[in-house]
Amino acid sequence: MISLAGRDIMHDWGKFVFTGVGLGLLIGVTLSMAGIYRGMVDDGKALLDNSRADLWVVQQGTLGPYAESSSIYDDVWRGIRAMPGVEQTANVTYLTMQVHQGERDVRSMVTGVTAGDPGSSGWPPYLVAGRQITRGHYEAVVDIATGFKLGDRLKIRRNHYTVVGLTRRMVSSGGDPIVFIPLKDAQEVQFLKDNDAILQQRRRTAANPAFNRPQVPGLLEDVISSQSTNTYVNAVLVQVAAGYDTEEVAQSIRRWKRLTVYTRSQMEDILIGKLIATSARQIAMFLVILSIVSAAIVAFIIYTMTLGKIREIAVLKLIGTRNRTIAALIMQQSIALGVIGFVVGKITATLLMAPIFPKYVLLEPVDSAIGFVAVVVICILASIIAIRAALKVDPAEAIGG
Amino acid sequence: MKRFPVQKQTLAIMVVLLPLLALFIYVSLRSGPLAPIPVTVTRVENQSIAPALFGIGTVEARYSYKIGPTVAGRVKRLNVHVGDLVKAGQVLGEMDPIDLDQRIRSQEAALKRSRAQVDEALARQNYAQTQARRYEELLAARSTSEEIVTGKKHELRVAETNLDAAREESVRVRAERDALIVQRRNLLLVAPVDGLVVLRNAEPGTTLVAGQAVVELLDPQSLWINVRFDQIHAQGLNANLAARIVMRTQAAELTGRVLRVEPLADAVTEEILAKVVFEKIPDPLPAVGELVEVTVALPALAAAPVVPNAAIQRISGQLGVWQVVGDDLHFTPVILGAADLDGHIQIREGLKAGDQVVVYSAKALTLRSRIDVVEQIPGVPR
Repeated sequence: MISLAGRDIMHDWGKFVFTGVGLGLLIGVTLSMAGIYRGMVDDGKALLDNSRADLWVVQQGTLGPYAESSSIYDDVWRGIRAMPGVEQTANVTYLTMQVHQGERDVRSMVTGVTAGDPGSSGWPPYLVAGRQITRGHYEAVVDIATGFKLGDRLKIRRNHYTVVGLTRRMVSSGGDPIVFIPLKDAQEVQFLKDNDAILQQRRRTAANPAFNRPQVPGLLEDVISSQSTNTYVNAVLVQVAAGYDTEEVAQSIRRWKRLTVYTRSQMEDILIGKLIATSARQIAMFLVILSIVSAAIVAFIIYTMTLGKIREIAVLKLIGTRNRTIAALIMQQSIALGVIGFVVGKITATLLMAPIFPKYVLLEPVDSAIGFVAVVVICILASIIAIRAALKVDPAEAIGG
Repeated sequence: MKRFPVQKQTLAIMVVLLPLLALFIYVSLRSGPLAPIPVTVTRVENQSIAPALFGIGTVEARYSYKIGPTVAGRVKRLNVHVGDLVKAGQVLGEMDPIDLDQRIRSQEAALKRSRAQVDEALARQNYAQTQARRYEELLAARSTSEEIVTGKKHELRVAETNLDAAREESVRVRAERDALIVQRRNLLLVAPVDGLVVLRNAEPGTTLVAGQAVVELLDPQSLWINVRFDQIHAQGLNANLAARIVMRTQAAELTGRVLRVEPLADAVTEEILAKVVFEKIPDPLPAVGELVEVTVALPALAAAPVVPNAAIQRISGQLGVWQVVGDDLHFTPVILGAADLDGHIQIREGLKAGDQVVVYSAKALTLRSRIDVVEQIPGVPR
């Protein structure tokens, strides 16, 4: 049996393929947009995954450490570690800032990881090059998105750090790459003011008669030195021991330690529901509009394509072709167009579009499947309109009526 | 011949569509969550590692001296400036004596007066003695009365007592004068040892309370480093271990050794404190308070299976490595031993030499991950 649609496509296949490619680019943009939205949500989840915590213990009444600032004493972990059901605790600090290297600077999230063995909470879970931090000071493991290389010297505040390891997909909820440094340095980074500010502060303290008393030699020095220490961290990451209910452990820390505790799902709600909610909705809205526009364009292309063949269809009707055959011709053509468009779209989105975005673009197979179904359904719907127009055509038109 | 154009068209369309289809399949399988994860692997090696401890500290002086007045007063003069080297016993400055000199002069006059009084008392005593002897002789010749002799003896006793009193008074006055001289000398600020002036707290004319330092000295030969090691990474820290010292100001590496590990650790910062001395005090002298990085080398350990620390993972609370056996990936729990600063870590249990483990991966691995063993993870800048 000779396929009527196939024969028609063959008749002018160049035009057909190019239409398909054009359609494909449009579908590619839509898929990329879906990828950008997914990537945004995934950035938020990556942060939670990478910290490998079951519970986040933060300052009472805050949405910390990601959505709000939170600070708790750095020895709070000792009390938490002793609670039943707690397997491991780790102090952690987060601060988004510019990290300098030579002439350039990169916006990144500086994360302080507590000293210990690799694999502790807060540490980068996997590396792509180099090694994990071994010294307690002045070493850094960075995300490759920062563009830093092994052995680079970074400047964070006034100290220099050597890049010893590279990792991937370690980003803040805003998509800024993470720079991991030892906790003690990170505490200093959060607190340490520039030298001018420190000098001014010393002068201000010295000018205060309450602290600068001639009868009490040494008081001023002690007050000043107490002003330049930081005993705070942003959160304590807790891993719950096997066999304990996460929510129960969280509840007992909330109750007895008077701190706010978030579980993984609560943290996800905060990050995705609060922190990136507006920007994610913005992208999602754009995705919806883009999808509608793409659908409309697909429908128009198929409709005009059919109308362009109206004379041939009239001939077919004239020679007594059944309506079903004509409908099948149009529908097969439109589905073929849709499939070519989808294939081209998927390829361009994956190979050409996604890699050039500065932030992460996550192309989920599920999205592709949904996209494929949507494309086919739109093609079918569009072809139905076209079929109605085709069937209404008067066979007399074929002979120039 | 009629079919040929169609065949040609079919061929052409195949040329376009087939690569497209192939590309699509490649894209679907090689990217996104379905793609195999690029990993690099290494073999576990039996090797000896030399662990080391890394800490930071500040240069401090073992002996430093705060020199100031013992009583409240005003600085009269100050001869030394910061950076001067001084000798033991050298006068650095002086506190204002106010009326002390006058009081010494007054005491000296009083001393002279008391000496004159002693002379006077002595003269009286001599006279009384002569009189007493003369009357005793007269009594022996029965030419005077007993009562008069007794009176003369009494006068002699009184004169002797007066002489004693005058002598003691003289001693008292001399002691008082001496005390004032000592006090006067105490107003001099004197270097107790050979040292370097590091601080000049007050200028002449400044009033100070007792105990406030005017000048601070330190012994340059006693410079050492107060180093802090995180308690979790301080195992094996001992006296006499060799240390490499990098000062913040100079790139050159110095050598030293651990003098002692402090018995008291810092409970708040969770650090162990140790004192490290220089093998040779650097010239020029390092600034006291300068930040220093210290690496203490521990003795090399016996050979044992060693993996890079990047290979260590924690999966559901268990430390382990991803082991590659054939094409299969499985998670092997391990017990970690000592580690060195270059990222090597000994495995006490779980692995043997020759095992193949995953070092780097482009993503977190799971038991279901498909892996693609590569030389280097794509995208890593060389």
